[in-house]
Amino acid sequence: MVIKRREFLQIGSLASASFMMPKFLKAFEGNGGKMVPPGNKVLVVLQMSGGNDGLNTVIPIRNDIYYRERPKLGITKENALLLNDEVGINPALSSFKELFDQGQLGIMNSVGYPEPDRSHFRSMDIWHTASASNEYSSTGWLGKYLDAQCKDCDKPTQALELDDVLSLALKGDNIKGLALKDPQRLFNASQAQYFKALAKQHQYEHERPADYLYKTMAETISSADYIYKQSKMHPSTEVYPNTELGKNLKTISSLILSDINTKVYYVSIGSFDTHVGQENTQKRLFTEMSDAIRAFTNDLKKNNRFEDVLMMTFSEFGRRLTQNASGGTDHGKGSNMFFIGGGLKQKGILNDMPDLVNLDEGDVKYKVDFKSVYATVLNKWLGADDQLILGKKYEQLNFV
Amino acid sequence: MAVSNRLKNQHLLWRAAFGPMAEAQADLDTVSQKKLWETLVKTSAKEPEYIDVANNVLKGLVSGIGDAVRMENLKDKLTPEDRKFIRQQSQEDLKSLNLRWMAEMINSESQLREKMAFFWHGHFACREINIFYQQLMLQEMRSKALTNFGDILKAVSKSASMLSFLNNQQNRKQHPNENFAREVMELFTLGRGNYTENDIREAARAFTGWGFNLKGEFVFRRGQHDEGSKTIFGKTGNFDGDDVLNMLLENKQTSKYITRKLYKFLVNENEVDDARVNWLADRFYTSKYDIQSLLKDIFTSDWFYAEKNIGSKIKSPVELIVGIRRVLPMELQISQVQLLFQKVLGQVLFYPPNVAGWPGGTSWIDSSSLMFRLRLPQLLKDNETANITPKTDDDQQMGMMDDKMAKRDYKIYNNKTPGNTAQRIMADINWDEYMKVYKDIPRENLVDVMATILLQTPDGSIKKDTVSAAADASSKETFIKSVTVALMATPEYQLC
Repeated sequence: MVIKRREFLQIGSLASASFMMPKFLKAFEGNGGKMVPPGNKVLVVLQMSGGNDGLNTVIPIRNDIYYRERPKLGITKENALLLNDEVGINPALSSFKELFDQGQLGIMNSVGYPEPDRSHFRSMDIWHTASASNEYSSTGWLGKYLDAQCKDCDKPTQALELDDVLSLALKGDNIKGLALKDPQRLFNASQAQYFKALAKQHQYEHERPADYLYKTMAETISSADYIYKQSKMHPSTEVYPNTELGKNLKTISSLILSDINTKVYYVSIGSFDTHVGQENTQKRLFTEMSDAIRAFTNDLKKNNRFEDVLMMTFSEFGRRLTQNASGGTDHGKGSNMFFIGGGLKQKGILNDMPDLVNLDEGDVKYKVDFKSVYATVLNKWLGADDQLILGKKYEQLNFV
Repeated sequence: MAVSNRLKNQHLLWRAAFGPMAEAQADLDTVSQKKLWETLVKTSAKEPEYIDVANNVLKGLVSGIGDAVRMENLKDKLTPEDRKFIRQQSQEDLKSLNLRWMAEMINSESQLREKMAFFWHGHFACREINIFYQQLMLQEMRSKALTNFGDILKAVSKSASMLSFLNNQQNRKQHPNENFAREVMELFTLGRGNYTENDIREAARAFTGWGFNLKGEFVFRRGQHDEGSKTIFGKTGNFDGDDVLNMLLENKQTSKYITRKLYKFLVNENEVDDARVNWLADRFYTSKYDIQSLLKDIFTSDWFYAEKNIGSKIKSPVELIVGIRRVLPMELQISQVQLLFQKVLGQVLFYPPNVAGWPGGTSWIDSSSLMFRLRLPQLLKDNETANITPKTDDDQQMGMMDDKMAKRDYKIYNNKTPGNTAQRIMADINWDEYMKVYKDIPRENLVDVMATILLQTPDGSIKKDTVSAAADASSKETFIKSVTVALMATPEYQLC
């Protein structure tokens, strides 16, 4: 990778120049106007770490096998929030029910992959890299998206993760996303005089290892400045719950409402590894999700951005159909994904509920390969070459 | 540009060891590379002591179960509370094992041995939470680190850790499990593209019945072994697992694959000289996989010390942390804080990302990991709080993350607990020892001299003025301290 010093200086100056541009004024057009050019589609990925129990999330309220296998843990029809005659949703996900009623929620059942792995780390790896279960890759699907899309990007802010540590999903061969908890903190940490001075004095040569490090450092300094300024441009005024996810979604919202060039936001919640005391853990985490997502979707709606935002949830696997002896469930296979947004082409329950008769070692068998979901999102939502990014052609679905 | 004698020696110490040590700085200007190599070999000759950190209660519980119990029936023999205790204690002990081994990397004189054990630890990557199995496997890596690749391969293939991790306990005549057979070819010996799917299927049959017992000993279960005829790599016979491993070692491709990987680890991870790798691989094969003679071929050559190889490698997180602690002697009052560093930087010993190991190179570096690397020296010097939250690992939590723990962790990582220790870096740096080497250096030369000692990149790669401007010049002592931190907080210091 050859980056000339002059190009760097240009990158640096672009950050400040963007503030002079007319596009900037659009942010202040008022509530009626769109804040950024229409069609600027944004993806928000919500990772539910730990293996969420899909069957107590979207509940098959008329399935006898479900209640037979979960005499203690099963959620009764009376307690579930009903989506239709057959399906209920966990009572702690009340905002999901509201979104469902408004046609802004899609549920994909039995998502997984061939030859599933029940180890958290390995299965998460497979979801992050979009590789087959006997292949190992050191790059993630969104990282590969950055590699494909961002050859000429002026800043590596196309994909941001709300975290202190960057996930494998956002690491590409040449370009990696950027992790931050809080724009202010990233700004403070990266703007030390010494780092700036170092970045300034470095002479780029040919593909030296030091050049890669300096490039990352210079991009971090310039991106931190850019993100910080963008986050203050049109800060969200919505009241969010004072939770980790609430804070993160508020940060994401403030950035979506700005002029920033970010296409993908990545955020996690967990742990859903409910071997013990599942009911309370799911209740706590779902309440956090439900409240934060209610505020987030309301915020986007008020600012006319909901049509441009797609939120997608996933977990590394679902859980065993049969409850265990500790008020929990053990590692399983297929599970469900949620799609939330104002621009869904298909809404509601997108496919059949899980087949509880034909199981895979006691687990829900996968019917939809998650890579098909990725391919659809990459192609139809982000307008990218899914085949190039995923290295293979997967069936396109129709939810967006 | 001529490469100085010191730089060559430091290069050898960064690649064949974990970097120069404060106490030995003075000799590096004069000693020859050959002499230094011989010292490294000599100091690593001793058989390493077994590291045993397993908790006594845990030992008692496990030995009390008795040998007669089959692994499959273990669940019935233990109460849920016992099982929970075993899991949690085992994970706690793995942390101790991690820190103990890291202490060896820092302080042991068997630097070459520990460095090679570290390489094999990444090559035979294995995530297994049983502390007893991991201790046994680590000992195999350390004791065989410099002997013979075939011996390590066989020991690993019969280790409870690897057999468990790659599901060979479930590899039975009636239901072969191909996981172990696949990885042994793809990742441990031949590399991708040098075998067929049929070779894997047939080799899996040869490994049927390979298992282990509670003590972590290898057990061959004859009843589960497929005695039928198999065709592997074009040969047909009633092969067993040992036969397959021997076939893999007879295949010259194994020598090439291992030599190439070692070349990238020891010589240059960006530019591989194919002719040289082939030459080394031929000799490695002829020597029947003698590791020490391969290392000698590399470290006593002239080309190893070529300028393009020096400072060309990005230090792994463990190499970075250990390297800092070797050159800057210190006591960490809370040694667990190093686990936080490992997590945040992406390399936790005994927790490789998958069986392929840590990919290394530029994959270590992204915005957040780089910024933390650059902040780390300052944090150590000023005993600051790291103020950073690593990702959780559900394989380690094992569903034990209840509401109370979640709240506790949140408080710890958000600095809301009084007396919060998980993030406090309490380092007592032995500056006196460190500064000895600079005793007679005049102030105006200090930055240059310190740069040659701390950095493996060419002279002048960082402008002296930039470093000096960040220094605290109120005394020679504060000057040295602040310049040390400034030099370590550079992209160049990430290289070795």
